[in-house]
Amino acid sequence: MKRIIIHEEYCIGCGLCEVHCIVKHSRTGKIIRAFKEERDQIVPGVQVERDGYESFALQCRHCDDAVCIEACMTGAMHRDPETGAVLCDTDRCVGCWMCIMVCPAGAIQQGADGTVASKCDACTDEEIPVCVANCPNEALVLEDEE
Amino acid sequence: MPNWLIEPDFVVERDPDRCIQCEVCVRQCANEAHEFDEELQEVFTDSTRCVGCHRCASLCPTDAISIRPAELEFRPNENWSAQAIRNIYKQSEQGGVLLTGMGNPEPLPIYWDRMLLNASQVTNPSIDPLREPMELLTHIGSKPQRLEFSGGETPQLETTLGPQLELHVPVMFSAMSYGSISYNASEALARAANEVGTYANTGEGGLHEDLRQYAGRMIVQVASGRFGVDVDYLNSGAAVEIKIGQGAKPGIGGHLPGEKVSADISATRMIPEGTDALSPAPHHDIYSIEDLRQLIYAIKEATRYRKPVGVKIAAVHHVAAIASGCVRAGADFVAIDGYRGGTGAAPTMIRNNVGIPIEFALAAVDSRLREEGIRQDAGLIVAGSFRCAADVVKAIALGADACYIGTAALVAMGCHVCQKCYTGRCNWGIATQDPYLTRRLNPNIATRRLVNLLESWAHEIQEIMGGMGINAIESLRGNRDHLRGVNLTDRELNVLGIQMAGE
Repeated sequence: MKRIIIHEEYCIGCGLCEVHCIVKHSRTGKIIRAFKEERDQIVPGVQVERDGYESFALQCRHCDDAVCIEACMTGAMHRDPETGAVLCDTDRCVGCWMCIMVCPAGAIQQGADGTVASKCDACTDEEIPVCVANCPNEALVLEDEE
Repeated sequence: MPNWLIEPDFVVERDPDRCIQCEVCVRQCANEAHEFDEELQEVFTDSTRCVGCHRCASLCPTDAISIRPAELEFRPNENWSAQAIRNIYKQSEQGGVLLTGMGNPEPLPIYWDRMLLNASQVTNPSIDPLREPMELLTHIGSKPQRLEFSGGETPQLETTLGPQLELHVPVMFSAMSYGSISYNASEALARAANEVGTYANTGEGGLHEDLRQYAGRMIVQVASGRFGVDVDYLNSGAAVEIKIGQGAKPGIGGHLPGEKVSADISATRMIPEGTDALSPAPHHDIYSIEDLRQLIYAIKEATRYRKPVGVKIAAVHHVAAIASGCVRAGADFVAIDGYRGGTGAAPTMIRNNVGIPIEFALAAVDSRLREEGIRQDAGLIVAGSFRCAADVVKAIALGADACYIGTAALVAMGCHVCQKCYTGRCNWGIATQDPYLTRRLNPNIATRRLVNLLESWAHEIQEIMGGMGINAIESLRGNRDHLRGVNLTDRELNVLGIQMAGE
């Protein structure tokens, strides 16, 4: 499958990927309303890690052997059969945080209300994930991974 | 004394209805104009720190930021302009020479805008470049005075041709050193030149080891500081250019501050890390045309006469005589940089007041070399603010072989001409060595944009030539009959060697 790859040497730490991820997962999809009305209710699926001048936009790797799926006791964490993306069914998630514990990339967070897990859904309904489409320096790209 | 005399140049306005407090602007401003107040959870802006580079406004996802000139007006005075007053405030506050970057912004005449091009109507056919071949191929180097053949039925060329540069577009990237611009910017220029089939110029800072793979499409420069020059460097490029002068600062040397001389730059320039890289004003071994000839031939010997060796001079008062001397000294090409040429750092007074317009310099040099019968001995490259394809066409019609673009190339990579290159805090990642900022210029994007720029100019040049009924750039070169002047005095028309519109 195509995966979101970060070329960290070109990541400028601007945080626009996070901004557009929040907008994408907001109720209205409108940037100003999303931030004014829902900012506290959405945890972006992509998180920019910063250390000095180095920065890195991290989101779920949608691993082929996803340990989070294995670790999930309710079956909330599952692989989307169509796209191959690893998704969390929040109706089934009980917030045991095993997925967070086992994720080797540290790419899963607690949701804003602290009851269910929150992660990148690979924008499966978009041709190009919004974080990739809006990265001003093409640090985030969609590539075929071997 | 407080610095109350130094007023902001710009006012940064933030639309509170649109700002989403995402802090992108805070993270993008290297001048720290934007600050996020943790307690109030709100971004505040200090306009006095704004240089007008538009980085924050360009990246703001909600277009909440607008930047406009500070409207703090002085009492109107044609003589004591706001700039003149502010310069004095700055100098009396800090002492020292006023520094600046980029080319001359003063409202001096731009003669390209006073020259108009011809087109075919009725009596001679124009050509559609989309349907018929339109040749832009340009060769730069010494051409023979005549060609001699032998062999009768199947002629053999007997004349030995000198080494030539081969350009698919008559536009090259002018000298910008690694040091004055970032590694990523240098890489993009080198790669774009390779892709399009033109040349980039190393500038005076040597050629980074990793960029030598692109050197077949690079001109290597030898300047007064001789940074990074050894026999491998000379032989790595397609041509060698001896830099005598620069349009933005004729008669002035260069100074790359030690803070910018990182390990990589130190290795490329062959100087100790952290030391200032000082380029003397003159070459200390060139005090005459004869001395220049010695250096030209020393380089030709070192490169086994396989590469064109040229000389770059600034357009100054006796430029025609100087250029003639350069050609007679053995230069295979002469590059002339006009008074609007750019720079990474120059004293403001020099940049704004020294030199002459490239249009006059070009016309004078081309005419002089023709009169002396030595025009074919050297290619003529002109530099100093070529903003569009029409400027290039006018320059070629006036007598140039090709143009150098510096600022236009930087603008293609994102430069907003804020003129703060000398601070080393370029928010666009171009004129900086700060690792936090250099990563902002992705060389893949920059290369693509440079290639797009040159290709679009090439199309426009072909369109203009087609309109004139010319199908090869060789037929346009020095064809001043295709230029007419407007808003020019007789004397100006005379120096330019063109007729008045309507004549």
